[in-house]
Amino acid sequence: MKYLPLVWRNLTRRKTRTIFTILSIVVAFVLFGVLAALNVAFSQGVELAGNDRLIIQHKVSLIQLLPESYQARLETTPGVIDVLHQTWFGGIYQKPSNFFMQCPVIPDRLLKLYPEYLLPADQRKAFLSDRTCAIIGRQTANRFGFKVGDRIPIQATIWRKRGGATNWEFNVCGIYDGDKTGVDTTSMFFNYEYFDEARQFGQGQVGWYVIRINDPAKAPEIAGRIDAMFASSFAETKTTTEKAFLQAFAKQIGDIGLIIRGIVTAVFFTILLVAANTMAQSVRERTSELAVLKTLGFPDGLVLTLVLLESCAIAIIGGTIGLGLAWLFTQGGDPTNGMLPAFYLPTADLGRGALIALALGVVAGIMPGMQAMRLRIVDALRRT
Amino acid sequence: MRTIVGWLSQVVVVTLLNLRTIRQRLGSSAVAVVGIAGVVAVFVAVLSMSEGFRKTMATTGSPDTAIVMRSGADSEMVSILTLDDLRIVGDAVGVRRGEHGSYVSGELFVIVDLAKRSSNTTANVPLRGVGPSAFAIRPNVKIVQGRMFETGRNELIVGKGAAGQFAGTELGHTVRWGQNQWTVVGVFDAGGTVSDSEIWCDVSVLQPAYRRGSSYQTAYVKLESAEAFTKFKDALTTDPRLNLKVVRETDYFAEQSQMVSTLITTLGSIIALLMGIGAIFGAVNTMYSAVSARTREIATLRALGFGGGPVVVSVLAESLLLALIGGAIGGTVAYAGFNGFQTSTINWQTFSQVAFAFAVTPGLIVAGIVYALVMGLLGGLLPAVRAARLPIVSALREL
Repeated sequence: MKYLPLVWRNLTRRKTRTIFTILSIVVAFVLFGVLAALNVAFSQGVELAGNDRLIIQHKVSLIQLLPESYQARLETTPGVIDVLHQTWFGGIYQKPSNFFMQCPVIPDRLLKLYPEYLLPADQRKAFLSDRTCAIIGRQTANRFGFKVGDRIPIQATIWRKRGGATNWEFNVCGIYDGDKTGVDTTSMFFNYEYFDEARQFGQGQVGWYVIRINDPAKAPEIAGRIDAMFASSFAETKTTTEKAFLQAFAKQIGDIGLIIRGIVTAVFFTILLVAANTMAQSVRERTSELAVLKTLGFPDGLVLTLVLLESCAIAIIGGTIGLGLAWLFTQGGDPTNGMLPAFYLPTADLGRGALIALALGVVAGIMPGMQAMRLRIVDALRRT
Repeated sequence: MRTIVGWLSQVVVVTLLNLRTIRQRLGSSAVAVVGIAGVVAVFVAVLSMSEGFRKTMATTGSPDTAIVMRSGADSEMVSILTLDDLRIVGDAVGVRRGEHGSYVSGELFVIVDLAKRSSNTTANVPLRGVGPSAFAIRPNVKIVQGRMFETGRNELIVGKGAAGQFAGTELGHTVRWGQNQWTVVGVFDAGGTVSDSEIWCDVSVLQPAYRRGSSYQTAYVKLESAEAFTKFKDALTTDPRLNLKVVRETDYFAEQSQMVSTLITTLGSIIALLMGIGAIFGAVNTMYSAVSARTREIATLRALGFGGGPVVVSVLAESLLLALIGGAIGGTVAYAGFNGFQTSTINWQTFSQVAFAFAVTPGLIVAGIVYALVMGLLGGLLPAVRAARLPIVSALREL
């Protein structure tokens, strides 16, 4: 402890260099944080997918509709507990760039299948009873300033009303939250019965099914049974786990995500390399001082420790500030307005970042520190 | 006048002195150059991705082609047209007519699942059913391998972008979608447009396969000229029998690219900005050590009567030179590594895959170098001012 003032003095002898080294480490760790958030965002929340949920879609493509009558048949399939159908509404709020998903559902089935959506009791009641009610996720509600009691117009692109009108109006009667960070709260859900009666065509046709099964280990077996059940019908199905479904969807974004992540990783390590080089250089410049310390009787191990303390201090200060800033930045949520709903910094990555910061300090300090330790005093003093 | 000449000659002398001594500070200069080169390479690479995507969308379509959709539809995917609609569209004013009648192609645009080669997961691949006039309307589409599909048969021709990205699109291969079996008979080149990502077939075969009866989704119409668009559009939108939307093909595809471009550009800018800040810090450190290594020389010059201005300029010149080298290296790396790189992504607006190539344009390289110079300027400023402000006497005394 008594050596701390010495370490501090060494850090402040070239204030500008120390400050700028710390700043570049800060930047590196902000990038690290953004990278971690992008990783989550590009995987579309795969980590949070329920492993007891399966998605059943039309075999040819997700855009092909399935009969509503499958619901009853799915319910009686052994191993299936809950069944919900969803349909892509694809409406526009004010302008196309204000994109968010709207989906007609049977309210009580939705809340049963997605317990991660939290809704206050009175709003829940309204959603279950009021047919023109819509519930909207927190993120989208905040984005457009929707409040409970608002009446919002949505222009249909696919589903016109009977008579050809494209204007649908919904009462916002609930705003749901996720039960943990990363739950997608960008969608709007509304009553399927209202939708089915009012739409111009397609009655009795739905987009896809989500089911809950009693044993995640039996997922492949149940999926196989379901697909076999509908095999010879016109609407053949393809059943996958929610996780596989989301993964495949994330892969569709393809190389873009991969390339951006690759680039950020490369940059992160480049900046670290540059910072480590600067830190090592500042120790090398002080070789003769270290020799003086040794002349005064400082043991080798202590000299090494002092050097390491110095470099670790820089790395940890920079790392902490950087991760803090990244955390603040990701609190703002999705920077692209709706395309990456799951944009947040996982706690595990904060820990990983802290470890990398510590490693940086050690790596940057160890080489010059070892050299300093092995120095022959006479040589070092001669070198000025 | 003489003072200006004298000042300039001082600038030249000090700058040359600085530049000649770079060799002695190779290590720290290299660090700054590498830092800046890295930033510029990433900056250019990310933007070239966005540029490539935009370019693919922008070169698609010609101004004398119009797309007719149902009003309210924001993409082909969600539109519906009846056979009657199509007939009225074909008879409208402004439509080009040839020996086979009007240049109108009623089309269906659906999505099928195919495995993406790079990840082996399913991807939404666009399948377009086209009418006989489709090729006259899109003269850039040419069969480069195999042959054209035959009318009335379950045959497919595959865009060269799709052929590269998705499995099961090899010539002679058969694929099964629902209860229909299709054979790939040809590969077409659509000149780097969105059509390259698509699979085409005869619309009259696709209609029953997808239970669309006699309906279509969109009509592609070749106009007499680009100027005929307005009268064609007015004729259709004022027709009481119709409820349609008419857009120019070029405008349609430009709009379709917005979401993906925004995504890439937003992310790219955030990353480039952060990295730029990091590189500026690196440059500042390099220039500070450059200045402190030459404390005595600078003080000697000042003692000889050189002004502060030339010293500032010389330090800035050095940092700008390093930045320029870094920028040039970064631009070259981005060009060598990414230009023409083929990839595909999902276009949210059509919910389907678009294949495109990275495009490192001269404009992007210039932007990258300008960015490098800004970094060099900002990185050199503080150290330059410090150099000029060195107290001469104490600096001379320094070791």
